[in-house]
This record gives sequence, structure tokens and C-alpha cells, in this order.
Amino acid sequence: MSIVDRFDPLKKKMFQVLDQEGNIVSKDDVPEIDDKTLLEMYRVMQLARIADIKALQYQRQGRMLTFAPVQGQEAAQIGPMAALKKTDWLSPAFREMAAFLYHGVTLEQTYLYWYGNEFGSRFDDGVHVLPVNVPIGSQISHAAGLAYAAKIQKKDQVALTYIGDGGTSHGEFHEGMNFAAVYNAPMITIVQNNQYAISTPRHKQTKSETIAQKAIAYGIPGVQVDGNDVLAMYAVVKEARERAIKGEGPTLIEAYTYRLGPHTTSDDPTIYRKDEEVEEWKKKDPIIRFRNYLINKKLWTDKKEEKLVQELTDLVGETFKKVEQSQAPTVDEVFDYTYETLPPYLAKQKEAYKAFLKESEEN
Amino acid sequence: MAQMTFLQAINQTLDQQMEKDASVVVFGEDAGFEGGVFRVTAGLQKKYGEDRVFDTPIAEAAIIGSAVGMAINGLKPVAEIQFSGFMFPGYNQIAMHLARFRNRSRGKYNLPVVIRMPMGGGVRALEHHSESLETLFAHIPGLKLVVPSTPYDAKGLLTAAIKDPDPVIFFEPKKIYRAGKQEVPEEEYTVEIGKAKIVQKGDDLTIVSWGAVLRDLQKALANYKTDKSIELIDLRTIAPMDSAAVIDSVKKTGRLLVISEQVQSFNVASELMARVNEEAFEYLEAPPQRLNGFDITVPLPKGEHHHAIDEKKMHHAITKILGYKI
Ligand SMILES: Cc1ncc(C[n+]2csc(CCOP(=O)(O)OP(=O)(O)O)c2C)c(N)n1
Repeated sequence: MSIVDRFDPLKKKMFQVLDQEGNIVSKDDVPEIDDKTLLEMYRVMQLARIADIKALQYQRQGRMLTFAPVQGQEAAQIGPMAALKKTDWLSPAFREMAAFLYHGVTLEQTYLYWYGNEFGSRFDDGVHVLPVNVPIGSQISHAAGLAYAAKIQKKDQVALTYIGDGGTSHGEFHEGMNFAAVYNAPMITIVQNNQYAISTPRHKQTKSETIAQKAIAYGIPGVQVDGNDVLAMYAVVKEARERAIKGEGPTLIEAYTYRLGPHTTSDDPTIYRKDEEVEEWKKKDPIIRFRNYLINKKLWTDKKEEKLVQELTDLVGETFKKVEQSQAPTVDEVFDYTYETLPPYLAKQKEAYKAFLKESEEN
Repeated sequence: MAQMTFLQAINQTLDQQMEKDASVVVFGEDAGFEGGVFRVTAGLQKKYGEDRVFDTPIAEAAIIGSAVGMAINGLKPVAEIQFSGFMFPGYNQIAMHLARFRNRSRGKYNLPVVIRMPMGGGVRALEHHSESLETLFAHIPGLKLVVPSTPYDAKGLLTAAIKDPDPVIFFEPKKIYRAGKQEVPEEEYTVEIGKAKIVQKGDDLTIVSWGAVLRDLQKALANYKTDKSIELIDLRTIAPMDSAAVIDSVKKTGRLLVISEQVQSFNVASELMARVNEEAFEYLEAPPQRLNGFDITVPLPKGEHHHAIDEKKMHHAITKILGYKI
């Protein structure tokens, strides 16, 4: 029986493959993933974690701008991305650095974005990731459109989109979900229920007992998953992808997880949550859990860990240096992407501004 | 009298109005328990309880739409939109209903609603956090739009807005939330909506501005060497616009410069210049000018300086208009 048939969101049944210690709780549900992929998943989880911690430090030193940390949610992003094909679309919210890194965005691009440069949103050709999407909820209908286009063009392609628990309160969430469901569009929606929307706890956003149960109203499968269990997240998305490609429509996945860091670097979480709560969730750290699994599987050792952490720390440091040395946007760059061709009045504004800059330089 | 920041003045006003008028309710995303992401509503939930001060789901359409319903049914909602850039999902309710109920019901339902929103640039923020969207509200009949630039005016205008029988959009230039303190009376007072303020008297040039830019402009003027005298007007209310005050001033000076951080086309300056042309054309000694952002998407922080109105740009524009000869 499929996962969505076994885990009824109305009964608050949460799908899990690994327990908190990384032991297998459900043998039949362990997804088939080759060792190379498992190790790549682990590597990117660690990369995201280290990049995240460093970004926070850089920000505190005044070297990085506002940044939305991902710490604690790596499994909810790496599992799904590993279950996709590289040609599948990702329509993100704004806290998906780990997903970005797995799906082909470079660390340099991600950092450049949080550094305040638009070129951090221009990804390489062939990378099927849309830029960071700040307005809550608006990414869902983008995914519905991507999925609809994939469907009628008969592509072997799905669109996966992310939103937070708070985002499910938004009208745009409903519109996008319903739209995709009506057309059986191959869309997968992952709600990262990290328990808070800035300071507002999940229970103030919705009276639904689970977020997954909202799927019932759309007439699509919904399932609550342990979002700190990378294998469970992989398995459920793999299955959702198969259904989507067969023309059976969208799936709503609630990844039950926790934001270990602040909402953004401007946020002070001590106002609205207790340290003890954070400490409890630290015990459920998705990276430790996955590492234990890999160690049990004889794929990982302390020595390898040490080497990897060093390697990634160096990579992050070097990348940030490059970002710090990047050129600030030029006058042409702030004007020229407004239209394919600059209309005359705008070209005039640009030329006048250039003349002004030249004049003030000379003075 | 107490020394207050812009932010404190707003907080104190909300507190005072909630205390005096049990129908005032305050709500928005994170506005209750935490007191808002900028802490503008800090302490109010504790004092007035969760019925009157509350966190909403993330749903701007419902925030504004429910304010409409509350106002019809006896409350005075003061809703917060977390950043003006996120009013768009609620814009439907603003344009379709908030601005129209009085007219639609032939005066049966007026809506005493205030919508507060932090606005404007200069804080090195992410996308959608730096815009100046005055035009989008000023263009809708039935709405009022105010933008204070001082703690004193923030209190006076917010008090007036809460007492106003019609909907008022209350812009809070976030760049000046904590920038400097001013004496603000403890007791209640209002600053009339629809009245500009002459900040500095002069005879040779009228400069009109508002919000955070006006503060920067005052510094820029202090550093500007000229034997000409400049009249500075704080527009304070964008709609209904006090063009009479500006026209009177231009009749005296003959020159008009409007400075804002909006994008250029179809902005507030466009309207002001049109009214001056209509009513004071024969007094003009130079074509009215405007200094504002370009017609581009506000750049992310690394490029924001291109769009921002800094002192150099101000001096350049002032020199240009003062030097114009017909
Ligand atoms: C339409 C809109 N309204 C408000 C905001 C401001 N805002 C940014 S993040 C956030 C909370 C989001 O919470 P959630 O959806 O749970 O995602 P999380 O931040 O926890 O990842 C809010 C209200 C926004 N970005 N867009």
C-alpha cells in the first residue's frame, strides 16, 4: 500500500523511516538509494548547515545582509530534491538554501543573493530552480503553472514547491493548490511546518489538526511526514512524483520540523520561544540522525566526517571571500533588466544619471 | 512632554487611543504577542488583552477585509501590514471595498479604518521591503494617505487618522523609526489630515518632500551653500493633497522642486506639478522639477544607492533649478 494510503492525516499518523537515533523503524519503507547518492545527500546537508552557520556569523559581523537560516530543516529539503530528477522544477519560498544547493544552484549564487545582489538569482542554464520568492504564498501558483505546462507538453517533469506553515493561511496557497488539483497537474507541495511563522506559532495559523489534512478539501492525497527524517522525505516525494507523472495530480506533504535558528537575522526568537524547546528539537537534528544511519550502514566514519567538515568549511570561506570581492551592480545593470529594450524615457533617465555621476566624480 | 522616537510616538498613540476608546482594536501579522517585527505595538496585548490586540494568520486580504467588517459592526480597526510591499494581496480589499463602502452605500456605511504600514527604503532590506507605493493609494478615490516625518506629526496624524470617519492609510517610513527623538506631548492632540507644513520659510525656491526623505533633505539643505532662500514644505498628507499650500508658496518663489523616493512616472510629484501648472503657471520662473528614484525595480541593497536620493543628488537638483533662467 502506498504511503499516502497508510498515513491518514486525519488520524495524525506521521510517516517515518528512521527514529531519532537513526535506527530504521520501518524496514519496508527504506527507499532504495545507491550509496553514492546517499553520500551526496549527506554532503549537501552538511554544506547547507555550515554555510548557514557561517552566514549568520558574517551577518553578525556586518558583512552579510538579512538572511533566512535553514538550520534544522535540511532533511525536509535534501530528501525531496534527491527524489526528483534534475529536470524537475523547484518553485521555492525563501528558506530553501539546502534545496537550492542540491538542485544545482551554486553556493556562490546563494550567498550573492543574501549579499544583496540580483545576480544571485540568475542560475545556470539547465538549473530548474526559480529565484527566492519573498511574497508568502505566491510561489504555489507558479508551481501549478509549471506543472500544467509540463503536463500538456507531455514532459517527464514535475514541479515541487515549498511553503511554510504560516504560508498555508494565505489565500494564494489555496488558489494555487486548488488550481493544480483541478487539472491534475504534476505538482508536489511541501509545507515545512517548522512550528513558527516569525513569532506566530502554528496553532494560531490554522485550526486544522494537521496541515496535511488540508489536502482532503482539494481532493488530493496529503500526508504528514517526519521532516527531520531525510529517508522518509525522500520516499514520500518519490511516490508523489510517480503519481504525478501518471497523471494522478498533486500531493500535499507536511514536513513536521523545526527552525533551529532565528526567522531571519533581524529576528529575536527568545521573545516567543523557550530555550528548552529549542534544546528538545536539537536532539532531533536531521543531520545527526542521517549520520547515524550512514555509520550503521558502514558508509561513514568519524574520520570521513572530520575531513568533510574541514573541506566544506574551507569551501564556504573561500566562496564568501569571492562574494565579498564581487562587483557592485553598475548603472547599466540596475536599468537594463527592466525591459528587453529600454524605452526612450528610461534610456534618458539612465544617461542623465551617468552624466550626473561623471560630473560629481570630477568635482 | 517626553522625548520620543517616531516609533515610540506611534506606540504611545495607539496605547492612548485604546485606553480612551474601547472600540479601537489593533491587529496584524506578529502584531500581538511580539508587538510586531519592529515592536511598534509592543506591550499593547499585555495591557488590552488578546481580543483587542491580536496576531493574525498570514493573510493580508483577510486583515483588510475583516477590518471592513469590524468597522461596519462598531469597531475602529487599526490594522498593521507588516511591510507596505505585502499589501498587494490585500489591495483587492482596499480598492474594491475599503475605499468604496461609503459611496456604495450612499453614506450608510463609513469605514473608520486605519491601515499602518512601514514603507520606504534605506534599510538594506530584501526584495519588496523598500518600495514607496504612495501612488497606488493616492490614485484611489475614497482613501486618505498620510506620511509623517517627525514623532510629533506621527502622533498627531495617527490620532487624527483613528478619529477620522474614513479609511486612512498610515505610512511609517521605517528608516526613521528610531532615528532621533523629539518632544512629544503626553496628552491627546491631532494634526489635521490634509494640511502641509512649512518647515522652513524662503523666497526663491519651494521644495516639497515628505517622510524619511524630508529628514535627509533637511540635512542636505544645512550643508548647501547659497545666497538664495529656500522654502521647505513637508507635505505630510499625500491624499487629500494640500496643493493650496504649495501653490501659495510657488506664487511667491516661482520655482518648485519635489523630492521623493518614489519611482518617477505617475508619482506624487506628477500630480503636484500638474496642479501648480494649472493654478500658478504665470508665476513660474522655471519649469517645475522633480527628483526621485528612476523607473526601475528598487535594486537589492548592493545597488540600492543608485536609486536612493542622497545629498549629492539633492544638491545637484537644487543648483539646477535655482540656476534656471527663462
Ligand atoms: C504576502 C506576505 N506577507 C507577509 C510577509 C512577511 N513575512 C515574511 S516571512 C513571514 C512568516 C512566514 O512564516 P512561514 O510561512 O511559516 O515560513 P517560515 O518563515 O517559518 O519558513 C512573514 C509574515 C511576506 N513575506 N509576504
